[in-house]
Amino acid sequence: MDLRKLTIKTTAKALREKEISAVELTENFIKRIENVDSKIDSFVLVCREKAISDAKVAQIHLDNDEGNVLTGIPMAVKDNMCTKGITTTCSSHMLENFTPSYSSTAVENLQNDGAVLLGKLNLDEFAMGGSTESSYIKKTKNPWGLKRVPGGSSGGSAAAVASGQAIFSLGSDTGGSIRQPASFCGVVGLKPTYGTVSRYGLVAFASSLDQIGPITKTVEDSAIVLNSISGKDQLDATSVNSGVGDYTEGISGGVKGMRIGIPKQYLAEGVAPGVSENVKLAIREYEKMGAVCEETSLELADYAIAAYYIISSAEASSNLARYDGIKYGYRSSNFKNLIELYKNTRSEAFGAEVKRRIMLGTYVLSSGYYDAYYKKALQIRTLIKDEFDGLFNKFDCILGPTAPTTAYNIGEMADDPLQMYLGDVFTVSVNIAGLPAISIPCGLDEIGLPVGMQLIGKAFGEKTILRAAYAYEQEHPFALAPEVTA
Amino acid sequence: MKITLETVEYVAGLARLNLSEKEKEIMSSQMGDILDYMDKLNSIDTIGVPPLEHVEHMTNIFREDVVKDSFDREQILANAPDKDAGAFRVPKIVE
Repeated sequence: MDLRKLTIKTTAKALREKEISAVELTENFIKRIENVDSKIDSFVLVCREKAISDAKVAQIHLDNDEGNVLTGIPMAVKDNMCTKGITTTCSSHMLENFTPSYSSTAVENLQNDGAVLLGKLNLDEFAMGGSTESSYIKKTKNPWGLKRVPGGSSGGSAAAVASGQAIFSLGSDTGGSIRQPASFCGVVGLKPTYGTVSRYGLVAFASSLDQIGPITKTVEDSAIVLNSISGKDQLDATSVNSGVGDYTEGISGGVKGMRIGIPKQYLAEGVAPGVSENVKLAIREYEKMGAVCEETSLELADYAIAAYYIISSAEASSNLARYDGIKYGYRSSNFKNLIELYKNTRSEAFGAEVKRRIMLGTYVLSSGYYDAYYKKALQIRTLIKDEFDGLFNKFDCILGPTAPTTAYNIGEMADDPLQMYLGDVFTVSVNIAGLPAISIPCGLDEIGLPVGMQLIGKAFGEKTILRAAYAYEQEHPFALAPEVTA
Repeated sequence: MKITLETVEYVAGLARLNLSEKEKEIMSSQMGDILDYMDKLNSIDTIGVPPLEHVEHMTNIFREDVVKDSFDREQILANAPDKDAGAFRVPKIVE
């Protein structure tokens, strides 16, 4: 059994038909993690005993013909989602020993459906970054090239799925943190409409932008996971019941007559040739399948990064003020009074990227700069949202590359944060406008690295982008990452 | 835009961070570069454009005021770096 090939759909069938038991399946995955993760470094924690005991419970449900398509399916989640009784580090020194007394709603929903939690996955510290290099714990490698980054911040989530160490995973996306690593690792990543998935128990980065979403091998699996994690939650006032129903319904309906807009800014200079060529081929494929593809323009595309880094850093500086060394988390042992306790705790336990964002956020919110930066960015946010709204009067979805490049080398961007931020050019505007978007693999570049294509939908238009992504995937199924040899 | 070391120190104070001399220098140059880049927003006229803090149109939602169990004290204190007599322990702040 090649674990790399397993999808939720096929595995659920194998479990129902008793080709394998849930316990055997979980044991196989744990064995694989033990064999290959020393090369990939995607897990920060493996919950061996708990996973086996959860698999036993799942098997009882399967034996009684209960449960659903997720019952007994091994999964892993990004380590910024709280898991009751299981450490949740955010890949930060600050939370290295933090054990939550509750679970995030998204994880709990999956566990209620019988999915088996294998462990917690590496990320850029507090989800700030695009390469998973800012993790305090370890650097995750890309299964397609072990010297390369997996993307980020959900780098562990994408690398674990691509290397067959979990059937699916959860990531979180504030400015592209699900879609960009999915693109770099050749898997499917969905960032739902803001409010679709409860943020309860997700360690906050930028609360008006953060969304949890699935990383899977197939588009249908993405819809299956979204069915489980979405919905109104009393514990998150911003969560909504979208009223969309079953996300898998109509997924195979095809794209005949679908209107797809391609902003010319998304295929302009600055996009690597290996990326733009593959995306252009995909556009031709859509035309062949009966979609109507038309060039359009997103005039504000070029301003989204600046607005994003102002808004997200401002929210982060406020959200991360809670790490004070008193209620939980790291505490410095070097202090004479309360202010020193705060300052030394925060200075010793936050990494460079987190400090940079806190500094930027504090600056743009500070007296004298608030109007020039923060308010200005929120006004641009209005204009970006309006521009998207206008496009969705004409188009059913927007298509382009997920990222301007494929996976780069570890260390390549380390000293140039601005350069790293510019890699988010196609993803951040989606969060700014609160829209859903999916990244799916669309071929390999000239050196054999996966290229990702992004489909953006209107608010609560997940079904449309899932249908479009599914249609392409039927012609171009996901490619297996090279086997990792221990 | 030039971000001086004094500005870095001032902002670090607001953010309750201590930065080493080397960190301050790096921060001053990197923040300067990033804020220069952000200045591109000034080329867009936003006079009269309302700021968008949140993408959802939120209205107040009432719910029944139901008494429920909350976390017990021990659970909440379990992650505290220092605690005493069922409370978080902090340095003395009143002389």
